[in-house]
This record gives sequence, C-alpha cells and structure tokens, in this order.
Amino acid sequence: MTKDIRIPALARVEGEGALYIRTKDGVVDDIELKIYEPPRFFEGFLLGRYYQEVPDITARICGICPVAYQMSGAQALERAYGVSISPEVRALRRLLYCAEYIESHSLHIYMLQAPDLLGQESVLGIAEIAPEAVKKALRLKKIGNELLRAIGGRSVHPVNTKVGGFYRWPDVENIKGLLDDMKWALQASIETVQFGATLDYPDFEMDYEFVAITRPDEYAIYDGDVLSSTGRRVSVEEFETAYLESHVPQSTALHSHTVDGNPYFVGPLARLNLNFDQLRPVAKKAAQDIGLELPLKNPYKSLIARAIELVEVCDVAIDLIEAYDPQGPAYAEVELAEGEGWGISEAPRGMLYHRYRVGADGLIRFAKITPPTAQNYPRMEADLWELAPQVISRPHAEASLACEHLIRSYDPCISCSTHFLKLEIRRD
Amino acid sequence: MSKPTLAVHKFSSCDGCQLSILNLEDELLELVGAVEVAYFLEATSQIQPGPYDIAMVEGSVTTPHEAERIHKIRAESKILIAIGTCATAGGIQSLRNFTQADELADFTYDHPEYLDYLPTSTAISEHVPVDLEIWGCPLNKYQLLEAVVALLQGRRPNLPTHSVCLDCKRQGVVCVMVAEGIPCAGPATRTGCGALCPSNGRGCYGCFGPAPSADLDTLVPRLQALERYPGETVHLLRNFAGYAPKFRQAVDSILEEGAK
Repeated sequence: MTKDIRIPALARVEGEGALYIRTKDGVVDDIELKIYEPPRFFEGFLLGRYYQEVPDITARICGICPVAYQMSGAQALERAYGVSISPEVRALRRLLYCAEYIESHSLHIYMLQAPDLLGQESVLGIAEIAPEAVKKALRLKKIGNELLRAIGGRSVHPVNTKVGGFYRWPDVENIKGLLDDMKWALQASIETVQFGATLDYPDFEMDYEFVAITRPDEYAIYDGDVLSSTGRRVSVEEFETAYLESHVPQSTALHSHTVDGNPYFVGPLARLNLNFDQLRPVAKKAAQDIGLELPLKNPYKSLIARAIELVEVCDVAIDLIEAYDPQGPAYAEVELAEGEGWGISEAPRGMLYHRYRVGADGLIRFAKITPPTAQNYPRMEADLWELAPQVISRPHAEASLACEHLIRSYDPCISCSTHFLKLEIRRD
Repeated sequence: MSKPTLAVHKFSSCDGCQLSILNLEDELLELVGAVEVAYFLEATSQIQPGPYDIAMVEGSVTTPHEAERIHKIRAESKILIAIGTCATAGGIQSLRNFTQADELADFTYDHPEYLDYLPTSTAISEHVPVDLEIWGCPLNKYQLLEAVVALLQGRRPNLPTHSVCLDCKRQGVVCVMVAEGIPCAGPATRTGCGALCPSNGRGCYGCFGPAPSADLDTLVPRLQALERYPGETVHLLRNFAGYAPKFRQAVDSILEEGAK
C-alpha cells in the first residue's frame, strides 16, 4: 500500500515551497522539501555595483527582514574598508534591529504559527475565537513597523542605512514619541510568552547542533562571534572555515553543514539556548515564570523562544529610545581601498552572513551571502525524516499538518534563500 | 450580494509587497471583512478555487513556469492588479536583462544546469493584459487600499502620477540636488513614497519607477554633472525599476553616447 503526503504549496511561509513525502508499505522512502522560489542571482548582479548601493539592493532579498540584510552587508563592507562606526551608530542600528524583530516575530507568532496550534487556517480564524489576542498582535506588529518607519523612513526596505552609519539621524521627537508604545509592547510581549506557554505543542525533540552569534555583554543580534552548542567558537572571519555550503548532486539545494558534516540549527531556538545568560532580567523572568527548562529541543517551541526574544528586544528598545541623543556625524567617512570584509548578524530567523571583496574604485568584486533558511534547510529535511515515520499512520490531514507545521516553525524565508534550486528527483 | 473574492499571487519577488497588505494593521480586519480572501498563501492555508473577482500579483516573470502560470491567473481573474515594481517593471532581478543570465547563474551556483529560468525578468503586463499597476519597491500600502476601496465602490482608483520632486516641494524638503549637489532621481520618479530619500538627506533612487511625465533628456545631463563616481547616473537609473522603458532608454542613450 502506498500512502503519500503531498503539500503542493506550503502556506504561511515567506516565499514558495512544497513538500512531498512518499511511503511504500508503510515505510517512508522519499522526502522532498521542494523550493520553487525562482533564483534571482543577487550575488551575480552585485558585481560591479558601487559599495554604497549594497544595503539598498540586498534589502530586496527579503521584504520581511530587509534590516538584517542591511546590517550584515554594512558591517561586511565597513570591515572591507576599515571603517569604524561610532557607538551612537551602533546603538541606533541595534534599535533598528529591535524594530524588525518586533515586526517579524509578532507576525510569525500570531499570524504564521499560532493558527497551527489553535486549529485555524489563518489569523482570521483566531480573530473569531480570540479577537483580543489578534488586536494585541496587530498593535505589537504596528509598533515594530512604526519604529522601523521612525528610523528608516518605511518599514519594508527602509532607506536610512548606509555603509558607515546612517544618512541622517532620525528626529529625536519621533523616536521618543514611541516610548509609551514600547512600554506597552513590553507588557504585551510578556503576555505573549504566557500565551505561548498555554499552547499544546507536538511532542518532538531532536539532539540539535545549535549555532548563533554570541557576545559576553548582550544578547547578540547585531554582531558577535559564532558559537555552536558543541563548544566550537569562531570569529566572523573564520565562519567559512567552520560552516560550509556544498552543492550536493541529487539534492534540491545548496546544503549548509558544519565542517564535521552535520546539519545545524539557526534561529530563535539556537539563540535562546546558547545565549540565555545574556538575556536581560525581564526576559529571563518571563522565561522562568513559565517554568522554561533549557535546552529547548522541540522546534515547534521556537514560538516560545520568539516570544522571549520579543520581551528582550522591547526592553532593549526602551533603553535605547530613552538614551537616544544623537551627537556628531551620523556616519563615518569611507576611504576607498582594495579590501575584503565579513559581516554576520542574527536575522529574526537566524544567522545571516555576507562577504565582499571591493576595489579602490568602490565597486564590488565578489559577493557571497549565506541566508538563514539555506543553513536550516538540511536541518528541516533531517527533521522530516525523523517526524514522517511517527505521523504517517495518522489520518492524512493530521499527518500533513504535522509536517507542514514543522516547516513553518522554522520560520523559513524562502524568498531569502537565494541558494535554493528547483529540482525534481525521483529515487524510484 | 456576496463579497468579492480576493486572490494574492506571488511571482519572483521578496514578499515585501504582500507583507505590506499584512502591515495594514489598522485596516486589516475591516479589509478582510469587506472582501473574501480566497487565495493568499502567505497569510492562510485555506485555498478556494477561482475564478476570483480581484487578483493581485506580486513579483516578475522569471521562469518558464511563471510565464505559463500568469496566463492561468489572468483567465480566472476579473480584475488583475500588478503590485510593486517587480510586477510593473521586472524589479531588481531584471538586472539580468542587461547581461547574460547564464553568467550570473554560473557565479551564484555550482551547478547552474539544475536551474530553470528565463534569460529575462519581465513585468506582468508584458505577458497578459493588466487592469491596474501599483508601483513601488515596496508599494505604498495606502495606494493598495485605495485601489481595493475604489473597486468596491465601483469607481476609478485615485493614484497620483506626479514626480517625487513635487512632493519635496509640498513637504518643504530642501532639494538635495540643488542645495547639496547629491544626484537624485526624484524629478523623473513616480510619487508614492512621500519623498522618503530626500527627506532622509539622500537622493531618490527611483524605486517607484519613472513618472509618466518624466523628462530624462533634461535630467540625465544634470545627474552626470553631479556624479560622485564614474557611472553613478547609470547605477541610479538601472536598479529597481531599471527595465521600465523610460529608465532603460535613458541608460541605453548614455551607454551609446559613451561608446562613441
């Protein structure tokens, strides 16, 4: 008897993908996580562009996390040209990143993943059974977007980031005007953690290798060294010696894996497990109040990690807004010379790495971008090989949902996975 | 009377314009009360079969599959709206149109033979008739809302077509080109962003595409006189809306002139 699960179009993910699981005599014998997002060749057409265009162009890789592309890209080019940014610029970039986390995490928690846990097809279904929760989610998301707008001009593809800093300091009044909203957002985030704790998650745990950036002094989002749960710690410059991409024949994507050949897990779950100690007290308390035990090894519970991170970034944002008092130039001047630079930051869905070589004429000579979803891709496939046999005997709709929900819990941004390929493979 | 059905389709894009729909936080619940969301994969796993009263298409056509799919969508849609500069002009990925896409593929992938793509990235209107285009990278979500409201009210949407330049004047933004000598595409770029870049102290980079009234013959020499690096004018016009005819022709003229 053959029983297949075919999900021709994954819903509530960013970008386009499909999942196909084939069984023979009750045994799973093929799994295909298919990406039919067309390739757009960003690294190709960055060649020959002027370095200062990179933050604007790479933002367009992903409409959900453009700030992450601007932050990793700007840092890489600042390293390449030996530019140091001021502490004020770093603080404002962190605040910009907080805004993107609030927007992206509240979107994912309430609109993309929660429907799975509440037996709904979309947030509209939740609006019928729990309208207050949806209103809270929309306000939270809006606050993130308003902060993005206050700093960057608009929430999708903000225009204020440049290599060296910002084009202009945002108006102090506009930033300070969001303080009360941000205090509300902090409370709403704490309630989101509690909401996350009430949900009934599928029982599924794996021994993952988690990888995230880390810093001793703060919960790392903007910059840091690359830490693995195996204890391997490398600097940004060494990233490509420890984490490789290879284009495996008979595969649908470039596979990221560690130098030891293991798939690894990036994103909120990895960050929380590796950097819990650096969380601010209010975020730690939110986690302790729900009795959270680490390490958290259930990917579906990434929702809880996202909620705790919401608390963290709202609390950070409050401090940064209160302290916002821009002095001096909004950007450092860039002196052009040949160079190479690396940048890595934590997009809401995981580590994002950029490397560029630049010329003394300011033009890009080489570009490499490793988005988070490309890194998680082999991990998602490995999870599916583990999960599918457990659920395949269940009713078809339930089994499909379990698999689709697993993918969604990674918050894959398929648009941003510039390395995914479309390839049909049949191993008959 | 039953509510009109709405479908949102994605082609080659970053998802940012679809996200702008979800970013209508204050209006979203009312909007979904006024229309029936029949197909919107990014937001719901519920899929209703067509035909649809209103179809929004994000993204450009870059693969053989997309070139087929857009015809099917056109056939099952009463009103088809192209949303965002990818859908109206081919988007940033249309940079491939000016080079050999195969070379880009070779650079980006180890095994480009696994890829299935067209040599060009093109606007939806190059493939099927489009009823309305809403420009922007990303689009202005209030223009999108205006389009839906107008359709529900049975009137023509009020989408302004003047240039960004006029917005600066109206908002009292000091001209970055005149005052600071910064090259700015604003005089030739369609309004919609609210003069964002000039109000942030930088030149407009044309992401809403050319304004219908754009006079590039006048603007280009002025831009060239202000270039901060050789070829800046070409870069400025050949980016997010670089394949829109007016920008494309302006750059072609510059390059022909340079080749002489």
